Amino acid sequence: MKKEEIPQDDGALNKLTKEVVYAVDSSGRYSTELSTGWDVKTKALDVAWEDIQKRIEESRQKVLRGEASPILYFMELRLMDMGIVSAYTGFWKWTIKRHMKADVFKKLTDEKLKKYAGAFNISVEELKTMTVHEQ
Amino acid sequence: MNNDFQHLQAAHCENGVTTNLLRAAGAEKLTEPLAFGIGSGLFYVQLPFLKINNGPAIAFRTMPGLIFKRTCNALNIPVARKKFASQDAGKRYLDECLDAGKAVGAQVGVFYLTYFPKEYRFHFNAHNMIVFGKEEDKYLISDPVMENVTSLTGYELQRVRFAKGAFAPRGQIYFPKEKRTVTDEQMKKAIEKGIKRNVNHMIRIPGNIAGYKGIATTGRKIKKWRDKLGQQTAGLYLAQLVRMQEEIGTGGGGFRYIYAAFLQEAQAWHPIDELQDISKIFTEAGDKWRNAAVHAAGIYKGRIGSQADFDVMGDYLIEISGIEKKAFQALSKIKWNS
Repeated sequence: MKKEEIPQDDGALNKLTKEVVYAVDSSGRYSTELSTGWDVKTKALDVAWEDIQKRIEESRQKVLRGEASPILYFMELRLMDMGIVSAYTGFWKWTIKRHMKADVFKKLTDEKLKKYAGAFNISVEELKTMTVHEQ
Repeated sequence: MNNDFQHLQAAHCENGVTTNLLRAAGAEKLTEPLAFGIGSGLFYVQLPFLKINNGPAIAFRTMPGLIFKRTCNALNIPVARKKFASQDAGKRYLDECLDAGKAVGAQVGVFYLTYFPKEYRFHFNAHNMIVFGKEEDKYLISDPVMENVTSLTGYELQRVRFAKGAFAPRGQIYFPKEKRTVTDEQMKKAIEKGIKRNVNHMIRIPGNIAGYKGIATTGRKIKKWRDKLGQQTAGLYLAQLVRMQEEIGTGGGGFRYIYAAFLQEAQAWHPIDELQDISKIFTEAGDKWRNAAVHAAGIYKGRIGSQADFDVMGDYLIEISGIEKKAFQALSKIKWNS
């Protein structure tokens, strides 16, 4: 990439910092330059987030229809997968899968609910009522 | 508090931490490209059967932690590295290091990294930063991807140091144990060794998922994505490829530009003309990767998306595979005079 070709588009990262890129000058020597962003990758990140929003909404509808427990919703909301939920709660994946059933969830002890609430950084009440908690 | 500490911005976090800590430990002539090259940082792999964030698991660089480890080994600088079973022990140890005036590398997760923009906060646990001081409950942080230093509270730092999931950092702290004298001869040897090991990784790993062959394999897969996954998911997969390739930390073109810069710097240590020419081939590869990203963006923006468009995308990668094969084969034929 030539220095004059370095994109200076806007992107989410630009709120925090410019980033270092490597590019060649007219004599072919490499040096570092700063870039504010590139719309090609901004769009790639946007597409990823649109997909995440879709998953969150789908899981919310599933919980509302009684087909899943709020654990599924918060797992999606917190961008987690079973492995990450398992690592934060200490529950086995198959146990979590069971807890994602609406009727099993209703019978969970407070102690177990607290573990999930801790993993999702919410209160037990918010977990039960599927309230969105903004950090 | 380490009063001598100087922040250094780098393209990639691990390169940045490595360069900064090792410069202070005696390798004054180390630069980001040199650390990347000595650590044999360039790679390509698409792991089969594994998904990351519901997309393909693709990496353009070597495993987290290896660049630091290899560069320290090559320059004969001893390393202290500690992980912790308990969060309290992790905090105590860090505080002791800071009280003793040490700047230390820390592995952290970015999901709870408060100063990152929300859009970048995924469960990625192999981010690296330097903690260089403490003022009451405020920890002074030098994050190599940022232009300036920043800070985290004790609670915030604990949360990112003990993030969970894949590559969980478990509070990992690392730093050079002592200052050594790094000779020019050692630097030369380290560069040569780094290049030879990178040649092995890119052209001699059996199978077709890693190295230049892995790039062509992904290229062939891309041609089938549209039929197999449907237009929308195929677009998401391409977006993920582009993010791994171009996101913060890569220096552009999937680390290929940093590697090209490394070969130019290597020539200052080893007066071998071929290094200059081969550097140009990596620039060409980086440019092709970026052209491919522009084409991919056309697909995930929904501007284009026919099977022919996916075929063109796949062919980009197959062509790049050939370019990188040529470059690494040329590197493997270099006659080192040392």
